[in-house]
Amino acid sequence: MLDMPRDTADGWVGRAIERVEDAALLTGRGRYLDDLGVKPGTLHMAILRSPHPHADIIAIDTSTAQALPGVAAVLTGADIARLTTSLVVGVKAPVQCWPMAVERVRFVGEPVALVVAEDRYVAEDALDLIEVSYRSRHAVVDPLAALDEGAPLLHEGFPRNLASDRSFRYGDPEGAFARADRRVAISILYPRNSCTPIETYGLFAEYDPHEDAYDVLANFQGPFSIHAVIARALKVPGNRLRLRTPRDSGGSFGIKQGIFPYIVLGAVAARVAGAPVKWIEDRLEHLSASVCATNRATTLAAAVTADGRITALDFDQVEDCGAHLRAPEPATLYRMHGNLTGAYDIRNLAVRNRVVVTNKCPTGLNRGFGGPQVYFALERLMQRIGVELGLDPLEVIRRNLIPATAFPYRTAPGALLDSGDYRATLEAGLAAGRLDDLMARRDAARAEGRLYGIGFAAVVEPSVSNMGYIATVLTAEERRKAGPKNGAQATATIAIDPVGSVSVHVASVPQGQGHRTVLSQVVADVFGLTPADIKVNAEMDTAKDAWSIASGNYASRFAAAVAGAARLAADKLAGRLARVAAAQLNVPVDEIVFAGGKLCARDNRANALAFSRVAALSHWSPGQLPDGTAATIRETVFWTPPELTAADDEDHINSSLCHGFIFDYCGLEIDRDTGAVRIDRYVTAHDCGTILHPGMVDGQIRGGFAHALGAALLEEYAYGADGSFLTGTFADYLVPTAMEVPEPVIVHTQTPSPFTPLGAKGVGEGNCMSTPVCLANAVADALGVAEVRLPLAPSVIAALIHGAEAPAPAGARALAAPHAGGAKGEKLMRGAGKAHVRAAPEAIWSMLLDPQTLDSIIPGAHGVTRVSDTEFRADVTLGIGPVKGRYKAQVALSDLDPPNAVTLGGRVDGNLGFGGGSGRITLTPDGTGGTDLSYTYEAFVGGKVASVGGRLLDGAAKVIIGQFFAALARKAGGGGAATPGLFARLFARLLARLAALLGGRAP
Amino acid sequence: MPRLSADARHLVAFTLNGRPVKGLASPRILLSDFLRHEIGATGTHVGCEHGVCGACTIEVDGMLTRACLTLAVQVDGSTLRTVEGLAPAPDRLSILQAAFRRHHALQCGFCTAGILMSLDAFLRETPEPDEAQVRDLLSGHLCRCTGYTPIVRAALEAAADLRKTTRETAHA
Amino acid sequence: MKPASFGYVRADSLDEALGVLGNEGAEARVLAGGQSFMAMLNMRLARPRVIIDIMRVPALAELAQRKDELVVGAGVRQARLLAMPGLERTLPLVAQALPFTGHVQTRSRGTVCGSIAHADPSAELPLCLVALKGHVHLRAAKSRRKVAAAEFFTGMMATAKADDEMIEAVSFPVANGEGTAFREIARRHGDFAIVACAALVSDHGIRLAVGGVADTAVARDWPHLEGTALDDALNAFAYELDARDDVHASARYRRELVRRIGRSTIEEAARCRA
Ligand SMILES: Cc1cc2nc3c(=O)[nH]c(=O)nc-3n(C[C@H](O)[C@H](O)[C@H](O)COP(=O)(O)OP(=O)(O)OC[C@H]3O[C@@H](n4cnc5c(N)ncnc54)[C@H](O)[C@@H]3O)c2cc1C
Ligand code: FES
Ligand code: FES
Repeated sequence: MLDMPRDTADGWVGRAIERVEDAALLTGRGRYLDDLGVKPGTLHMAILRSPHPHADIIAIDTSTAQALPGVAAVLTGADIARLTTSLVVGVKAPVQCWPMAVERVRFVGEPVALVVAEDRYVAEDALDLIEVSYRSRHAVVDPLAALDEGAPLLHEGFPRNLASDRSFRYGDPEGAFARADRRVAISILYPRNSCTPIETYGLFAEYDPHEDAYDVLANFQGPFSIHAVIARALKVPGNRLRLRTPRDSGGSFGIKQGIFPYIVLGAVAARVAGAPVKWIEDRLEHLSASVCATNRATTLAAAVTADGRITALDFDQVEDCGAHLRAPEPATLYRMHGNLTGAYDIRNLAVRNRVVVTNKCPTGLNRGFGGPQVYFALERLMQRIGVELGLDPLEVIRRNLIPATAFPYRTAPGALLDSGDYRATLEAGLAAGRLDDLMARRDAARAEGRLYGIGFAAVVEPSVSNMGYIATVLTAEERRKAGPKNGAQATATIAIDPVGSVSVHVASVPQGQGHRTVLSQVVADVFGLTPADIKVNAEMDTAKDAWSIASGNYASRFAAAVAGAARLAADKLAGRLARVAAAQLNVPVDEIVFAGGKLCARDNRANALAFSRVAALSHWSPGQLPDGTAATIRETVFWTPPELTAADDEDHINSSLCHGFIFDYCGLEIDRDTGAVRIDRYVTAHDCGTILHPGMVDGQIRGGFAHALGAALLEEYAYGADGSFLTGTFADYLVPTAMEVPEPVIVHTQTPSPFTPLGAKGVGEGNCMSTPVCLANAVADALGVAEVRLPLAPSVIAALIHGAEAPAPAGARALAAPHAGGAKGEKLMRGAGKAHVRAAPEAIWSMLLDPQTLDSIIPGAHGVTRVSDTEFRADVTLGIGPVKGRYKAQVALSDLDPPNAVTLGGRVDGNLGFGGGSGRITLTPDGTGGTDLSYTYEAFVGGKVASVGGRLLDGAAKVIIGQFFAALARKAGGGGAATPGLFARLFARLLARLAALLGGRAP
Repeated sequence: MPRLSADARHLVAFTLNGRPVKGLASPRILLSDFLRHEIGATGTHVGCEHGVCGACTIEVDGMLTRACLTLAVQVDGSTLRTVEGLAPAPDRLSILQAAFRRHHALQCGFCTAGILMSLDAFLRETPEPDEAQVRDLLSGHLCRCTGYTPIVRAALEAAADLRKTTRETAHA
Repeated sequence: MKPASFGYVRADSLDEALGVLGNEGAEARVLAGGQSFMAMLNMRLARPRVIIDIMRVPALAELAQRKDELVVGAGVRQARLLAMPGLERTLPLVAQALPFTGHVQTRSRGTVCGSIAHADPSAELPLCLVALKGHVHLRAAKSRRKVAAAEFFTGMMATAKADDEMIEAVSFPVANGEGTAFREIARRHGDFAIVACAALVSDHGIRLAVGGVADTAVARDWPHLEGTALDDALNAFAYELDARDDVHASARYRRELVRRIGRSTIEEAARCRA
């Protein structure tokens, strides 16, 4: 027996009851996607991905892969383009967006081909046999550089890589700035990160050729507006795409919205293979190519009075959506549009929003969705205003907060803030978290010369998105043409079966948030039952359920919207049941109460009927229903808040329905030696309206806090300047563990939302918005610096503390100090060096041109072929330790200036990636028969090696190239032993590094 | 000395949660895949396949083991425990599992099986752990939902409850 | 992310393992705890023709003190060494460093010799072996040799072991009154070390070994330096290690840590001797 509490006088809502979900999950009886049995004959899909950030696909040879026993189909981008139409692009532009690269790859990890085979192992064997030849292009990764004249262009239809450029004006920002005492500005770069759920994407797809219909089961999370996108891509009407979700999902945090391009691929694969297809994304695929939050470059200025009142803000945001503008992007940028003034009463606002594309993974939903980017700028600015005006930053926050009397408050850009008492929540947080004590700790630490800082952040957390906010990216004119978009339909169905037991069906697609428990509480209260009496089904099936485009689990809409809809549906049924009971009990309808599993007369509880008896009546004896009372078998409610109207002609948009408030502060200490951040105390005060389940609310806060802490201190999807992806494993993309996440002090106040049926607001995303900037403000306070970048890596912080470095002692080896890229198109590594050789330049020259020499210095070569006097090709096997791979190598000599200078270039390509470089060698006679040899080089690596083992690349290039010349010197000086060649050695080193990384110090 | 050829499938037999099980596997089949898809024990999850996330942690011959870093053929003849074997009866929860439920120490539950296996083994060896020890143990797992605090609390409370029951059995 | 195919041999004796290794050479790989090797197989970075599982060879399970050395056989898991009674007296450095090697869940399977064979420049056990001047015992079908740690590690994941050889055991000289200390700086607990320092302070002087910076762990011996003389020595050492930038830390940061953490580790070792 599960120890679910039974029967209670008080209501169930508001109590932290045990979750109905947990027993199954704790005993290994979950029903996650990959746990579900497959139909016999199901085939497995694997995906070949681009090692290049930007390249043309010259040719793909799939013949060997097709011929492998067990392989059913191999598809390339051309096949996908033939069988589908382009995915919808988020803005109006002559641009296409395919789920698999067509003719050109634009980010590392982009699908290039897929294999369907009898099992995943064989499918991966076949991937190894696909040969793709690429012609690489320059890549651009920095959003500001992408806008430069002459930057590499990703899509012809996005001139200058600009997908959208809109400016907005609310109130009189110019006037406010002109009149202001001070102008305070800040520029920030918000990095890329992702909430990386522990369960990756997964799907089953099946195709019925007779009905031309697809049936897909996927751990997709919504919004189901994407259903229309998928159906369109598959060229079928919506009713020919049945999309289902399994009962359990291993986390999403927005990320599983991004599975939809793979649903298209899986569906097409099933169609071509003529069999059901299953795909489970692996972690390397997930990190490089699922989806992530946008990175953003923002300049934000405030017009400020001398006493710290802000009269206007001026935002300039450049949003980086990666290689493709996939639906629903650029939603990340517009989700916060109505909330750009945060928790503050600021009447004048200017905004310029630009959306750019770069050679990185496309972006999408991620917990916080646009909030972290906006608040990092806004709350850093609040701290700077304090510093620049000589005011306490906390006082600056207090002076600008929207007063409690002003609610509902319409912000300058149009959000209608439903309710709150921001000042009261702030003061409650200060008291409960003992700010005065933290201040004393800071004083004491500083007196001892330690680095201690305190940071604050006040944010408004929007929830229940207006499906129309994204249209703000269009001009009013364009919006009129496109037709109106607004609202946030929530649905819930309640059904009663012939024995009178109650089921609830919702389209909320939970991913661990305990929806089933909360709904059972809400409905139990209405019917006077216990949660254990209610069975909730939150699996989604577009072919059978009541749903709408807003369905799904995002924008923290569950408590506010879905639970509310369930309540309304229960109320409706309860009204009818009361009429049935009233007739039988001979009391007026409004005298009927639901309690203890009975319907009874309020004043005579003994005059009662069992709930199940009344509830079953519609099934057994519909004729006995009182006249005019509809059946009580099933009730579906659609609920959309009237407040969520479309954007008006002046671009005012109420982008969300509810607005919680969060006030965070923390004290932290920085280690002077290591730059490591130690959080002393973190306090987070929330007002999320009515709390339905305190345990789950705190769970959401702690979980969001942990994500935010990761984003602030550890996590970044890092790209090299050349577009290579550098954090391809969980050993490089650093997720916080139990050792890194402290326990936050959580404080609650409750101001119910007047706009939602239960008074609840969203709570799941707020800390992702408040915590990164709160920590950054504390670091800025500790170090007294104006610029703080995330993640707050100790190495970066240490550079701010340590000052000038002790010089190298005389006689120490000179440092070539290679640097990792910078300007656009620049290769990853550069360096220079010198060597001395005991042979004349002419002798060295002939060696460099001698195929025999080159042959002998490329180890593991099988059959060197000479393409021309200066070009060679070879198949080589390279490896160190257990890591081994086969590569095609090309070596070429160019810019020959005998016997003075030559450029030596080379490249290797293989399954583990590619690498290469070129070096200019200059030979100068030393006057005594020898030669002074000097060289400069640049080298690069990409593909799997760079993604999963990129560290120390610079040094590897430097050392290996140095060794090459040393070897050349030895050979020229009479040494005979073949020395590993430049590129071979370089690559081997990188492989070694990679292997070391993987096996070595994973977290 | 068993020599198993690369492409053939070989019989692999072991004890799983006290019961004998067997199936066929070629040498490269990972234990995580074998357990889930051949034996049907899907309670053990897979989150990274490179040993970092800890979702696949099980017990093999008394050792905590990442199933994704183990070949099915390696455990022939071994004794395995997985999350399916933790509860004392099908309709009951173990002391540790019950503490997880009370403390909301899981949300999506995907990381949970591995964490339970680690804690189950750990609490047997360390009946009186402090918070630092629990956190050190948990550092071998990634959880994206809970922020870890409720897991730490559940573990400490389960340790106390387990001590109580052992004392009671000792006195009985 | 599934391995390419390979054959599997479960050796029952050392001779069997060495026989297969002798026949297959570089195409065969030893599988010990699998904590490094399996991830490489899964990512298809490694594609051996056959793997030799040595974990059921009884002779490799030796963990014993022989004269003034602790001999750790190839079958000894890291957890077993860490749990060895008296380890903090026999090998205080290893007792301090081993908890930084991965996690409880990886030490339970990973072997001591596997970590040495793997030769990760940032791994703790190779660092300890270099710091303590231990030895690696190599065996082939028809030969055996004992190689000093400093000669065994030849580069990043590169060792003096030949293709037909395997590590039978490693031996660590047991503590002899010197003060020892270990410190590691990583992004997260149990993470890949940005810099790890092992210091020994004895009557003869100071020995500092540093991991995570150069291609192998590197040790330096100094007389009893103090004050700026020690600063200068550490500064020269920091530059000599030729640190590099990566995603997690800059070269400069690594040098800074060698100077600062190197110093504090030496000071701690000196205090511990006193
Ligand atoms: C999550 C995680 C975190 C980790 N963190 C760390 C860390 O912080 N520090 C650290 O040092 N390590 C860390 N590791 C790696 C771990 O320590 C490995 O156990 C160790 O590096 C290899 O030992 P093994 O027995 O598992 O060897 P295996 O993985 O089986 O083998 C490793 C390599 O050594 C070879 N080999 C093994 N034994 C022998 C032998 N007797 N003779 C010849 N060759 C042999 C194999 O062929 C293979 O090439 C981590 C691993 C994981 C999964
Ligand atoms: S799946 Fe095995 S540790 Fe992540
Ligand atoms: S409960 Fe979801 S990952 Fe831990």
